[in-house]
Amino acid sequence: MHNISRRGFMGKAFGAVAGIGAVGSLVAMKKSWDPLPSVKAAGFTTLDMSIYKEGELITEKWRGKPIFVLKKTAEMIAKQTDKQKARDIVLGDAHFMVCIGLCTHLGCIPAYNPAEQGFLCACHGGMFDWSGEVTKVPPPRGFDIPPFKIDGNKMILGEVGPEYQKMKDSGVTL
Amino acid sequence: MKNKEPLILVIVVAFTLLTYWLVEPYAHSQMHKHVDSQNFAYADLPAITKTGNVENGKLLVTGAAACTGCHSIAKENLPAGMDAVTAAGAYGVNPPDLSEAGAVYDAKFLADLIKNPAHALKVEHKFDAAKGQMHPMASFAGAGGDLDQEVADMVAYMQSIAVKPSEVTPKMAFENACGRCHAVKYEKWTQIGEKPSFKLEKDSLTFDVKVLEYQEHLTKYMGKLPPDLSMYYRSRNEHFLSTFIENPQAHLEGTAMPRVGVTADAAHKVIEYLADSADTKRHERSSVGMNVIIFAVVFAIFALLWKKQVWRDLH
Amino acid sequence: MAHFTKATSVKDWLNQRMAIEKVEKVMASEYWIPKNINFLWAMGMVLAITFALLLVSGIFLLMYYQPHVNTAFDSVNFTIMREVDYGWLWRHVHGVAASVVFLVIYIHMFTGIYYGSYKKGREMIWISGMLLFVTFSAEAFSGYMLPWGQMSYWAGMVITNIFSLGDLHLDGLVEWIRGDYVPGQAFLNRFFMLHALLLPLAIMGLIGLHFAALRIPHVNNQDGEEIDFDVEAKKYLSGDKAGSKVIRFANDFMSKDLMVVGIFLIFFFYLVFFHYGFALDPVNFDPADPLKTPAHIYPEWYFLWSYEILRPFSVNIGLVAFGFAQVIFMLLPWLDRSPNAVPASRRGAFSVWFWVLLADMITLTAMGKLPPEGIFSTIGLVAALLFIALWVVLPFITKNEKKA
Repeated sequence: MHNISRRGFMGKAFGAVAGIGAVGSLVAMKKSWDPLPSVKAAGFTTLDMSIYKEGELITEKWRGKPIFVLKKTAEMIAKQTDKQKARDIVLGDAHFMVCIGLCTHLGCIPAYNPAEQGFLCACHGGMFDWSGEVTKVPPPRGFDIPPFKIDGNKMILGEVGPEYQKMKDSGVTL
Repeated sequence: MKNKEPLILVIVVAFTLLTYWLVEPYAHSQMHKHVDSQNFAYADLPAITKTGNVENGKLLVTGAAACTGCHSIAKENLPAGMDAVTAAGAYGVNPPDLSEAGAVYDAKFLADLIKNPAHALKVEHKFDAAKGQMHPMASFAGAGGDLDQEVADMVAYMQSIAVKPSEVTPKMAFENACGRCHAVKYEKWTQIGEKPSFKLEKDSLTFDVKVLEYQEHLTKYMGKLPPDLSMYYRSRNEHFLSTFIENPQAHLEGTAMPRVGVTADAAHKVIEYLADSADTKRHERSSVGMNVIIFAVVFAIFALLWKKQVWRDLH
Repeated sequence: MAHFTKATSVKDWLNQRMAIEKVEKVMASEYWIPKNINFLWAMGMVLAITFALLLVSGIFLLMYYQPHVNTAFDSVNFTIMREVDYGWLWRHVHGVAASVVFLVIYIHMFTGIYYGSYKKGREMIWISGMLLFVTFSAEAFSGYMLPWGQMSYWAGMVITNIFSLGDLHLDGLVEWIRGDYVPGQAFLNRFFMLHALLLPLAIMGLIGLHFAALRIPHVNNQDGEEIDFDVEAKKYLSGDKAGSKVIRFANDFMSKDLMVVGIFLIFFFYLVFFHYGFALDPVNFDPADPLKTPAHIYPEWYFLWSYEILRPFSVNIGLVAFGFAQVIFMLLPWLDRSPNAVPASRRGAFSVWFWVLLADMITLTAMGKLPPEGIFSTIGLVAALLFIALWVVLPFITKNEKKA
């Protein structure tokens, strides 16, 4: 009797040891599926917001997508409607439009016309104003805003900050 | 006992076909806009009423109308003023060589194009003279005589130098009508011509840079780079391609792609070119297919005979 | 140690070492199959043949396919389709077989439901079969990624997004699955691994399990008759082949299997050479473009019914409904409370249930592809609700079923 139960115990103990090994290897396997450091690093783009000039559109890149950055002029800030204000990104006393530069219709990249202070999508004629709000269909909504976090005069794209969370919750962006 | 197999087979086949019909023909008819072919009649363009005079047409094309200021006519040894990349920088796109224009394009279309390019090309939404948006090709307002007669003469001249319509090859039709905006990578075609095989890597890269420069100009002109058409024969169907070529606006309102005005025959040739690129082995597929089907039938017959023999003493 | 004698023939030599005669008896000549079955019972063999076609064509595609985001599309559409001699054949066979295999799986599945072939000791056959359905689905989806066309990319995007599980916002899980924020190189490479190695291995293992689960309970028959296989086998072996209710697997049943396979192959090759558009979606002949969403995104036809269960609801409810649809078939042997393992036609309310389920799933399939607008989205919603309702009422209608 004693021997049998002892043998049963050792069998179970052996199984437990083997199990620990299996779980350990599962951890390694899980880790190997993680995004690579290089991929992760490429997922966050830090923009130095102090270098932009008023009224000039600059196209940055984030996760393979074009990002429009436009520092608004004093005249633009003065005439902002509530809808346009909701999309406004403020760092200190500078106001910016930062958004994913893809037409929300079928993903073409609209062109900025500084004279008309607006975007025109050449594919199907959709138009957006200088705040990124849609002014002419077919696009269903204004430009999407990438997740961002404000850190001093820097903007980190890819991280979710309180300003972005607020925009997302209020439905300003998807 | 009654044999239920025929009934079961009917039920299985009926449900299969019903499902197929719903998810394929029916669903696609609901998803895509149907555009009817107008058989390349170009009914919106006025008919040519005058009989053209080739000699006078030649004088106009090379002289008063100043066509050759921008267009080359390789067949007549009239070279282009600038190379493709520079021309694209100046006009947005390289103006076509006119050697085969008379065979590839519809005569009515050519006549209207000479008089009012934006109208014939159906890009008036993009080039509105009233707003000062001029089409890079200048309208021909006449050389002093009867405008319609002069235009008819020019068309007649272009037809006289071109090959016979029956001699238009798929490659010729494609290069004339589509090839200055669309690349076809699988046929080595770029917007500035077929990429030769270079001995030196450096020469190859130089060529590529030229293509990129050309594409930059083209992108600016069209809003976005027109797509590579290598696989379009399979990603779109033949009816779509044909009606799209006939009138891009009918499918995509507001698109920057012009109506290219090819004849029905030339459109066929263009599609054949695209089929050669995207479905190169289609002829082999049908001939091998017939043989395989015949084999499968023979296989099934032998299987049936064997089954009958095995089951003879089971009943 | 076993005793070996000098072999009298190659067969004897093998027999001493591997008992091949015994194996042959167990697996073929004395593997007894009821005589009263129809051609629907040949679907297993049709599936085995289709799987073999997938395996062989896949091996040849593997020789030229390149799992890289820059070259995958061209390696398929240029190298395999244009350059490799008969490369187009392997690709068409592979693409069409991937679609047709699901048609046969569905026929096979509904045959099982109709004849009650998941009860009375046949539960493991049903479960292993459903596991095969799940792995085949994963195999089909991972394979669909490989040509790296527009549908590959966007289906990959949309389907992996499902794993964020709506308001749970498990974006980390989605990124873990993809190995990137958006489908990219890591994504393509790991789906290539899944498609060409891990999932085929799992499928082959499960096929073994499916066959093993079949051996003891034997296959069902079209009359729901309880057959004493030992008695009937004796009758057969004593020479009364016509009077016995059973037949040998080989060659008796196999000859019928292969006859059905023969007819199936005519249909199959017709599709491969002359009618392949349904399986090789035109949209996927556009190279993947992360900056451009196709006008309509829809899965292949065999996923449409479960996709449509996801679609008409708000995000969270849709996900719950979708999850329900994925597991519910697995529970069929326990949700069907009736002990009757007879054809549905003799089971009263269950018969109605069967045909309504079939019609509902075809409706869901159609609505899953049609644009979700107007009447189509209403029909889709009703059909999705009906699907759930059908499974909820199943235990109740089968509990009160009379003994057949």
